Order: sequence, then C-alpha cells, then structure tokens
Amino acid sequence: MSIDEKTFGELREIAARYPQARSGLLPMLHLVQSTEGSVTPAGIDACAEVLGLTAAEVSAVATFYTMYKRHRVGDFHVGVCTNTLCAVMGGDAIHQRLTEHLGVGPDEIADKRQGDQYTVSVERVECNAACDYAPVVMVNWEFLDNQTPDGLVRTVEALRAGHPVTSTRGPRICTWKQAERVLAGFEDGAVDEGPAAGPASLVGLEVAQQQGWTPPHGLTHEELAHEIEDEMHEEDA
Amino acid sequence: MSNILTPVLTANWGAEEAWTLGSYTSTGGYEGLRKALAMQPDEVVELVKGSGLRGRGGAGFPTGMKWGFLPPMESTVDGDGNPKARYLVVNADESEPGTCKDIPLMMASPHTLVEGVIISAYAIRAKNAFIYVRGEVLHVYRRLLAAVREAYAAGHLGPDSPSGVDLVVHAGAGAYICGEETALLDSLEGRRGQPRLRPPFPAVAGLYASPTVINNVESIASVPAIVRHGAGWFADMGTEKSNGVGIFSLSGHVTRPGQYEAELGITLRELLDLAGGMRNGRRLKFWTPGGSSTPLFTDEHLDVPLDFESVAAAGSMLGTRALQIFDETVCVVRAVLRWTEFYKHESCGKCTPCREGTYWLAQVLAKLEKGQGSESDLDLLLDQCDNILGRSFCALGDGATSPITSSIQYFRQEYLDHLTHGGCPFDPAASTLFAQEAVR
Repeated sequence: MSIDEKTFGELREIAARYPQARSGLLPMLHLVQSTEGSVTPAGIDACAEVLGLTAAEVSAVATFYTMYKRHRVGDFHVGVCTNTLCAVMGGDAIHQRLTEHLGVGPDEIADKRQGDQYTVSVERVECNAACDYAPVVMVNWEFLDNQTPDGLVRTVEALRAGHPVTSTRGPRICTWKQAERVLAGFEDGAVDEGPAAGPASLVGLEVAQQQGWTPPHGLTHEELAHEIEDEMHEEDA
Repeated sequence: MSNILTPVLTANWGAEEAWTLGSYTSTGGYEGLRKALAMQPDEVVELVKGSGLRGRGGAGFPTGMKWGFLPPMESTVDGDGNPKARYLVVNADESEPGTCKDIPLMMASPHTLVEGVIISAYAIRAKNAFIYVRGEVLHVYRRLLAAVREAYAAGHLGPDSPSGVDLVVHAGAGAYICGEETALLDSLEGRRGQPRLRPPFPAVAGLYASPTVINNVESIASVPAIVRHGAGWFADMGTEKSNGVGIFSLSGHVTRPGQYEAELGITLRELLDLAGGMRNGRRLKFWTPGGSSTPLFTDEHLDVPLDFESVAAAGSMLGTRALQIFDETVCVVRAVLRWTEFYKHESCGKCTPCREGTYWLAQVLAKLEKGQGSESDLDLLLDQCDNILGRSFCALGDGATSPITSSIQYFRQEYLDHLTHGGCPFDPAASTLFAQEAVR
C-alpha cells in the first residue's frame, strides 16, 4: 500500500511544527500507524522522503520505541501493567487470565470470531504512571483503573462485540488507529469527555477540605494588583 | 491544629471541567503570568531562585539556579553572528515505576503547566517551548493539546502575544529512558532516545545544540503560584533546605492510595495515617520513597522526614515522592526481580555496563527466585551492582542497582529462604487487590 497525498500533506504539516523538521519524526510515525495500521516500509519511506533522511535512519528510530509496531495489532490493543506494583496488586493474574482467554502471545491478534466487530491484541506494559489505581490496564492508551481478571475479560468481550467501552478516567475508547492519529497531534473532539480527576487523584484534596487545611494565605487580589502596578511604574521609571 | 496537607497544585483538581481555560481562570489562573510579564525576565529568575524551588523530577536541583546556568545571550551566537535561540523543554515523560503525579496534574489542570511554561520561557528568554509527554497517556495528551489551543486563542501564546512564546506538545512513543533529560533531547530531535555525555550540559548545548532548560512538570507547574504569591510564601513552607510543597503519591497496600500534597518533610507515618493505614491492618514490609530507582526503606523508616536531606541521610533518595507501599504478603525477591527486568528492558543499550549488566542481574535474580543457585550468588549480585553503579552516561544503571543492594541489606534472609524452600515461599494471590477485597 502506498501513502496517499493527504497523508503526505499531514506528514509535512507535522514536520513544520518544529524549528527543525526532524523533530517531527516521532509524531509522524504515529500518523503512519494511524493510516497503515503499523510502521510499514511505505510509511518509513514517506517519513524519510519528507525529512530528507534514509529509510535506514527512520527505521533505526522506529525500532527503538515500544509503541511503534512492525506488525498489525488489534483494533483494541490491551496493555496490562506487569511492573512490580501492578503485578503484585493483580496485574500478573490479570495478564495470565486474559492471554489464556484469548489464546494469544505478546502483540498477537486474537482470532476474530463470527459476530465479532473488532479485533483485540495484548501486551505487557511497564509502569504507566497510575500506580494509585493499581492494577492498571491500558486500552489504546486510555486508563482502565483498578482492574480484576474477570472484569477485564468482560470488558474485552464487550470491545470485540462492538459495544461502547468508556475509560475509567477518559472518553469512550476509540480504535487504535484513531488513537494513533491523536498522538500525531490531530485533535478528535473527545477532550471534554471523562472527569478532571479520578477518585484516587482527589483523596488528599478531600481530606484537606474536610479538615479545613490550606497552604498559608498568599497575596489577595488587591495586593497582587498593587504589586503589578508597582512593577509597571518601576519599568516606566 | 496545623495544616498537614497543603493543596496548591492539586487545589483545583475537583473543580467542574478543571481542564478548561474558563475554569482555570475563574480560580485565579494566569494571574501569575500577568505579574511575571510586568517584571523583567531576570527578576523572575531571581524570584524563583529565592523561593528555593528544587527540581520535582527526582534530582532536586534548584530550579532557579538551573535557569541561571544559561550562558549570557550575547556570548552564544550562531553561524550568522546572531544570538542562539534558547529553548525550554518540559519533561512530561513520567515513567519511573511508582511515579504518578504529573499525569493526573496534566489531565486535571493542564493550564497550570501551560501558565508555568509561559512564565518560565519568558524568564529565560526562550521563544520556543516544548512539552514532551509520554505517548501512552492519550487523554492527557488531548487535554494538553486543547489547553495550548485555548492559550493561543486567549493571546497568552504566540509570536504576537506579550510573552512571544510558541509551545508545542510532543508525544513520545514508549521509552522509559526518554525521561532522562539528554535522552529526551535526542528523542525530541527525532532520534533514538539515548543519553548524551556531559559536559556540555543542556544549559550550554541542549536542544539543537542550543542553550536549553529542561524541567519536570511539577517544577514548572509550581512556578505560577510562586510568582503569584511571592518567593517568601513558598520558601516558608517545607524544611530549611527543602522548601515548599510537593505531591506525595501513595500506592500499593494502603487503604486509600492516591495523591497527597503536603510540605516537604512530612513522614510516611503521617501520610499513612491520612490514607487510612495499611490495608486490612496488615504490617508494612518495605517501600520506595521516590520510585523504584531509590533504595528501599522498611518499617524502620516510618518517621524519616520526606525531604531531600533526611531521606538521603537515611540511605535513600526523595526522588519523585513515589511511595510504593508493600505489606507482609509480598515477596521482596519477586518485587526486585520484576524491577530488574524493567531496567533490563528499558536500558537503551548505549553503555556496556548497563546494557550487559542489567541482563546479568536479571539472570542471577531469576535463578534465586526459583530457589536455585547458592548463597554466594548474593555476593555475585552485589559485585555486579558494584560494576554497574556510576559507570554509565546516565543513572538508569545506577537505579537498577538500588532495589537489589537495599533489599539484600534489609532482607538477606528472605533470599536465603528461597534456596531452602526450593522456590518462593509466598502466595502471590494473597497480595492482590482482589484477594484483599475477598477478605473484607
């Protein structure tokens, strides 16, 4: 498959965001994945052409980062955190249950059965910065917090069947290709879905509010206005 | 009754649509920027120096001093004799195991960071700023993109704005090493993320070999409140040498894991008390004060003040205040092996001691965990650690040794128990979240 003109245009658009075009390579590879389904030879050539690099130079970058896939993954790519804390809190059991249920190895796509709308694949991921919600699972890089083995199997079956699944701290989960397009810097209109913060993010704030604890009082609005005025006068003088 | 928790950065996380410009502005957002723009850039640098803010990404280097290391504008020129551009880069690649403060901050209140970026870029006279956020957090990236779009529309960003700053939010692609500042710069230049030899430091030759400041999300996000309320307001909080507030992230076997923002110097005992104690009244076994790269602590260290100096004096590092709490059901050998496999996976391969050493460590540990090998393997592990520590460009290899040496120091007998037991004596099911829920 070749890269179409629209995608070429968007690749150039990404490169133009930066003082030096090559800085755009990572988001450009995300865009390639969003149209190609993985980092394909055609996608590598397209990035190389836009940036004036060799295919080998682009390949060298693409193979360094775990989010870039050389083979297709599922429409919904499930990353189970099995770094120490999540593993101990249940990530190992979740990963085992899910891979047995689907009969797949790392990054493999589970068989699409009759009636399935979408495909799924699974990998182990490292710490995804949500340890207070352990055990954590990512689907297309959206958070599924406080997971259980059976619960995740049900969620994955819902995804395969085409039912909407919402992130515990985010929007309805889009397909992997759609997610990759956002990571290339193209907004998808889902920003206002989901909460500002999940429950664990707010525990300290809630305790402080119950106890009436605050940081020391800083400047009032009037005091701030005076300070700004003083600074302005200083500059005039 | 003193204020044990002091929400500054977390204060607006519960607000309705906290991520929007409207919500942020209604709670005093962008007032710090207004004040900064009325000041001279150098005055802002001095103000941040005076606040005593130290880097919140782990190392604790004074933020204002880092800014002050930039060579004078007139001393750095490009090929055409013009002053070299300066860059501000925010390290939002939060990936250190246990660390989970920047991601919720950017999801809930991305404008706090954006305002901090604009003030900081203005202070160091940078016209281009970047937020390098790890790619594996899609919704956080959405929130940042939208916040930057709103800030442009409101006239806070752009060449014609008062600050003159342009800001790009850049998504990474999965590599722990890119949290290391020089690897991050290589990655931001569109290369493999591999650390650079220093000197030259980024202040002299950073992004595009130009003077560059790299700061952690929480450091930059702290700047608006510091400018808004003054250096003294911030410096009066915390301890004598570790000023201000910070987000403490409790995870693992505590009743209420989550984010607790407090003055530096709070203890784990105090934090556990606020978090409802250990789950099901179990006993604390070991914990990390600042992520997996900081040496383990045990229940002996409940009263160590969590500031840079006290944690270092007790043999570890404050790091990112990522308090991963493990109770008595957890096998320390299993925990350490898993961290070691992580470092092995994430070593970028540039330096031999780290690339090869992490593989050796994982092999020896895996054998011990299965109850194979002998007591002399513990000495072998320590010898390997000795040959990794301090011998590579960056601290990844150093971090890999921390859980191993500290766990052998505190739990040597548990390693030996694996040998006598012929494998792990613990039941992994007992430490899961769902096992605990079943007990309840």
